[in-house]
Amino acid sequence: MDNVRVIEVKRSIFESNDQDAEKLRGELKDSKTFLLNLMSSPGSGKTTTLTRTIELLKDKYRIGVMEADIDSDVDAKTIAATGVKAIQLHTGGMCHLDADMTRQGVRELGVEDVDFAILENVGNLVCPAEFDTGSTKNAMILSVPEGHDKPLKYPLMFSICDVVLINKIDVMPYFDFDLEKCKENILFRNPNAKIIPICAKTGEGMQEWADWLSENIEEAIK
Amino acid sequence: MHELGVVFRIIDDLTELGKENELEKIHSVTLELGEVSGVVPSLLTDAWKWAADRTELMKGAELIIETLPAVTFCEDCKSEYETVAYGKICPKCGSNHTYLLKGNEFMIKEIAAT
Ligand SMILES: Nc1nc2c(ncn2[C@@H]2O[C@H](COP(=O)(O)OP(=O)(O)OP(=O)(O)O)[C@@H](O)[C@H]2O)c(=O)[nH]1
Ligand SMILES: [Mg+2]
Ligand SMILES: [Zn+2]
Ligand SMILES: [Zn+2]
Repeated sequence: MDNVRVIEVKRSIFESNDQDAEKLRGELKDSKTFLLNLMSSPGSGKTTTLTRTIELLKDKYRIGVMEADIDSDVDAKTIAATGVKAIQLHTGGMCHLDADMTRQGVRELGVEDVDFAILENVGNLVCPAEFDTGSTKNAMILSVPEGHDKPLKYPLMFSICDVVLINKIDVMPYFDFDLEKCKENILFRNPNAKIIPICAKTGEGMQEWADWLSENIEEAIK
Repeated sequence: MHELGVVFRIIDDLTELGKENELEKIHSVTLELGEVSGVVPSLLTDAWKWAADRTELMKGAELIIETLPAVTFCEDCKSEYETVAYGKICPKCGSNHTYLLKGNEFMIKEIAAT
């Protein structure tokens, strides 16, 4: 083969994703939409928490949800039952979403008439932390059965989150879970993290979470 | 699968690069991959073969992976050590006030193309 030339690229995969993410963040700002990226391990209570959150805020804001289930539309159906706009992202078995996939979701959802968009990310604490989705803010849920030392095992995830919800506090008596120690571990990784203990099942702590969201949504839509 | 998502990312970047440089064919792609980047090279190669073959530009292109070592820095005793061997705990002083200096890189280094 003649004329083969070597081209220096020197481009970081994360860097190019970060650029796409910044671009999407700018577009969302222009359309006055607050996008929350919600992450957690599988089963820690994302869908349950979202359902409650929607009940608290749906009269105040126009809400849209993107569900990134691996291979089913169970969660999207649960969310749609609350009456807000909900779509299922086709992740094809992927373990994370990058900014480009998020942008496609945002297009499909249509955010012109949405104040508060939510991305339920794939249940995984590793790579979703590495790929900036372009969201306005990042939140994660840590549930009591997962243990209070999770922040030490998944440092990156905890360091990129603006809010950490500690869910399933109703089962605390049955687990060897030290709430103070957990907060300490989170703050060790991320001194700026806002920590809110909640019980998505009973609604405990949900008002504080809704207030934090309202404050941020107001900031985005003004 | 993580590697597949990453491969789509690479393909997007190279498609753009191909347009910018008016490339006809990419013959090989060299990546620099940190030891703790969280990507498994063999899975990456498999995902690459599958996904690259679905494009005109990169069909059959070889993926060359160069591994970069991971190094952690200890804030307490100011020493550097091998991340893979010792993890988050400094082997010199036992502190956990440590952070990764390098080793999570994931770069497209260069390509050979016509
Ligand atoms: N006891 C208790 N159970 C809860 C709470 N929140 C959620 N659950 C239960 O935990 C299970 C998983 O909740 P989901 O909301 O489906 O969790 P998820 O994170 O959306 O799960 P995936 O989408 O499958 O990753 C369900 O059985 C919920 O009823 C809580 O606060 N307390
Ligand atoms: Mg769910
Ligand atoms: Zn992944
Ligand atoms: Zn040390």
